Amino acid sequence: MARLNVNPTRMELKKLKARLSTAVRGHKLLKDKSDEMVRRFTLLLREDKRLRDEVEGDLARAMKQFALAGALTPSYVQAAAFSMPAATVGADCGTENVMGVEVPKISLTESEHSAALPYAFSEITSEADDSVRMVSALLPKLLRLAEVEKAVRLLSYEIERNKRRVNALEYVMIPQLEETIKYIRNKLDENERAAIVRLMKVKSLS
Amino acid sequence: MMQGKMAVVGSAETITVFQAAGVEAFPVTDEKSARETLRRVAHDFPVVFLSEEYAGPLKDLLRRFDEEAYPVVLPIPTGKAAGYGEEFLRDTMERALGVDILFRK
Repeated sequence: MARLNVNPTRMELKKLKARLSTAVRGHKLLKDKSDEMVRRFTLLLREDKRLRDEVEGDLARAMKQFALAGALTPSYVQAAAFSMPAATVGADCGTENVMGVEVPKISLTESEHSAALPYAFSEITSEADDSVRMVSALLPKLLRLAEVEKAVRLLSYEIERNKRRVNALEYVMIPQLEETIKYIRNKLDENERAAIVRLMKVKSLS
Repeated sequence: MMQGKMAVVGSAETITVFQAAGVEAFPVTDEKSARETLRRVAHDFPVVFLSEEYAGPLKDLLRRFDEEAYPVVLPIPTGKAAGYGEEFLRDTMERALGVDILFRK
């Protein structure tokens, strides 16, 4: 490992020692952060997988139901009936801090959402009712999935970045500093020995 | 806390049911229009559901949303071309951990 290009002086030695202790402390902290992030990440990942499996199943059922309904009603009637939803759903969007990463926190806000479906019963079959109800019931889960998936995504990038920092400290910064400190120390010792020898020589001459 | 609405982008027949449930729907017909629409919609809506069949072709666009908390774009399975979920998990897992902890076989 290459040593840093510095003058072998006591000043530099002191400075480098301070830098080394900071680097070691930073490395330890970042490593702990990495461990905790990975732990959270695995939890979120498992939740994501579970939610996705559930949502996939439920949504497939709702879609199938809706396709069935579509077969019974002319598509223009259906389009007209569904184009004016009575219940509008909104989302409360905040953020949450997970290990220094801003992740979304979403909750569903629904206005007058009840059993009332946004169209007249005369035009639409009950199959469609069911599918709409299924999708409505699925929305909170979808939002949770969106939240978790984004969090997993953001965390994965942050873990990657953090890992790079830890490695840079562990395999570049710290060895470099240690090597330089050793070099300066050797140099200073050498100088000291040279000075002593010189003194002895001068003394024996007189 | 900001108030936002949800949008869904996908082919007309799959998103009508979401529209009925109160989510704003943006029908698209092909990859090009999907790209356009998604870009526009993601600008206005914090939460966007995208039909999964477009998740593959628009991967580069989706990656750009990974930088920030919002907008959240969630590919949802709509029957056609499933498999995004597994790929997503695999990819993310590999980046962060380097090992497979979910699909070990």
